[in-house]
Amino acid sequence: MTETARERPTVGFFATCLVDLFRPSVGFAAARLIERAGYRVEVPRAQSCCGQPSYNSGDRKAARRGARRAVAAFHGFEHVVVPSGSCGAMFVRHFPDLLADDPEWAGKAAALAGRTYELVDFLARVAGWRPEAARPPSGSVTYHDSCSGLRELGIREQPRALLAAAGGPELREMEGSDICCGFGGTFCVKYPAISEAMADKKIDSIEATGADAVVGGDLGCLLHIEGRLSRRGSAVGARHVAEILDGGEG
Amino acid sequence: MQADSARFPENVAAARRDETLLGALHRLQRDARAGRAETVSKLPEFEALRDAARDIRNGALANLAGNLERFEENVVANGGEVHWCRDAAEACAAVARICREAGAKTVAKGKSMVSEEIRLNAALIDAGFDTVETDLGEYVLQLRDETPSHIVIPAIHLTKDQFAETFRGAHDTLPEDRPLEEARAITDEARGALRDVFLRADVGITGANFLIAETGSVAIVTNEGNGDLAQSLPRTHVVVTGIEKALGTVEEALTLIRVLARSATGQEISAYTTFATGAKRADDAAGPENFHVVLVDNGRGDLLAGPKREILRCIRCGACQTVCPVYGAVGGHAYGAVYAGPVGSVLTPALSGLEKSKHLPEASSFCGACEGVCPVRIPLPRLLRMWREDAFQAHLGPKVLRWGLFAWSTLTAWPWAYRTAGAIGGRMLRLMAMGRGRLTRLPFAGKWTGGRDLPVPEGGTFVGKWHRRRGK
Repeated sequence: MTETARERPTVGFFATCLVDLFRPSVGFAAARLIERAGYRVEVPRAQSCCGQPSYNSGDRKAARRGARRAVAAFHGFEHVVVPSGSCGAMFVRHFPDLLADDPEWAGKAAALAGRTYELVDFLARVAGWRPEAARPPSGSVTYHDSCSGLRELGIREQPRALLAAAGGPELREMEGSDICCGFGGTFCVKYPAISEAMADKKIDSIEATGADAVVGGDLGCLLHIEGRLSRRGSAVGARHVAEILDGGEG
Repeated sequence: MQADSARFPENVAAARRDETLLGALHRLQRDARAGRAETVSKLPEFEALRDAARDIRNGALANLAGNLERFEENVVANGGEVHWCRDAAEACAAVARICREAGAKTVAKGKSMVSEEIRLNAALIDAGFDTVETDLGEYVLQLRDETPSHIVIPAIHLTKDQFAETFRGAHDTLPEDRPLEEARAITDEARGALRDVFLRADVGITGANFLIAETGSVAIVTNEGNGDLAQSLPRTHVVVTGIEKALGTVEEALTLIRVLARSATGQEISAYTTFATGAKRADDAAGPENFHVVLVDNGRGDLLAGPKREILRCIRCGACQTVCPVYGAVGGHAYGAVYAGPVGSVLTPALSGLEKSKHLPEASSFCGACEGVCPVRIPLPRLLRMWREDAFQAHLGPKVLRWGLFAWSTLTAWPWAYRTAGAIGGRMLRLMAMGRGRLTRLPFAGKWTGGRDLPVPEGGTFVGKWHRRRGK
């Protein structure tokens, strides 16, 4: 590592458990993007899950344990970046609430919330970074707005701005890109019939665009959509926006 | 006929087989989406109005007791009477008593969700009163012995053809050769039958959108005008409503009306907005001689005193139902409750107990579309999560999920163990997939693989690989 790299501002990268366990390549793509935007990336080993499954299942005690663990692991970073709107919203919106009445942790959780960003939001808005349109545009994608990122973190224009700046692939907007795909964490296995019906609506909209792939910022939604696409025998792929912006290199 | 919340999964399965229902839900959500976008775009201050509406409702709830007392004083001063009812039984008894005292035979009913909540129709019919719903949708539902599946569009689950078929079955005087294909012909047929009910009725019952403390007025917002006939033609007018509807001033009601129709149907204002104040005065040309307001608590007081009080801001526009993708996938009846959709999944456990309705707060992807359209900004996902916390405390959920969560949260407390176990699990999945990118079946994961393939992990973990590659 060069000295200049050492002086760059540091980003603590929270991979999320799905990227960590299912798609490490998404994590590497995201980290490369953050580095290209001018930051040094650190990946604390003490990270695991943000506690969202417990939180949304009503186990507040376990959710608080998860929150304290994440706050401790990322305490001290100038910025924390998460390649997921729903895990990011845990840091930004829900940790401060979960730890509000804990005198030891409330302040730290609030401070962390103010320094944590979803990946494309960080790249587009905080870093002010735009990808170089070096590659010839190829293929087409449609963008699925995952609910937490959209409604809890206000992520809508950021990924579109980055995709546009990249010069390709072509973005074809689907009808109702902001309608839930039916993943919803544990919801997708608690009520599979509803979850699959919602996925089917989403997939109908995706397929109507004729795009080669659906792109999004949340691996949970993407694995769910991909699994249903595959079961339906569809040729449409599902990719994390970091992979598209990274250009698939490395 | 009332479906049961406890059988939610079975109700869902039945709904998913009902092509007519699914078609109706698809059209409802598609049209509402376009309608709302247009309505909101025409009113630049819509978001500011939602803030104002939220603040008005919060203020009204903070001063609910004072508003209700003042409302009663003014109702009495205007020659009316207020009846305070703790629960459904007391409320039904109060209405039946009023009908008896009025010597009623026929009762004309305007649309009222509270009357559905307390099952007023059944109580009045049991007590011997010929009770007829006069809202078109509610009337058809009554003829079919069905319940509303949406707060403002009660018969949204039915097609025009089903309306026609219902009238052919129920109206003896309807000639077989009269065409009922057009919406207009169906409406005319209902109007003909209902006009007679309005003229015969001794008592008219309506709900209330707002109660106004400073005047003792009751505001109703309708599109068919049936509520106006029900409250002005019969000798006795009975308003049945929940205690949370009380506001301080007319001004407050007018602001809420600006967001109500826009949120409910995408209209700027509904066809009729009527303020009824007391009984007919000596020099009034028309109006009821007797004016009663039946105020129903039925769990609302407890809600107000607890952490979920924000649900009482609800002005029953139904926007959260219309926008909800879960509602759109299963329809209102699957919830097995008077109030379906997000608002219902918060209200129903309070009204009929969490044990019986434990599925409802769980049956949400927490997408937040409901909160995004709520005109009074009720944080519906947060309130649903509170019910999940109550259910978790009470051990109401499936054991297997509870153990799974316990195992996960325990494992993730030890990041090294979590990552090792994750890598081993990933390797097992890869072995089982035998080189393919996905698994179509997986033991103990049927809830996922029943309708979805499982994309197989790439192998290793990100954090492990990162530190190996970067040599740290």
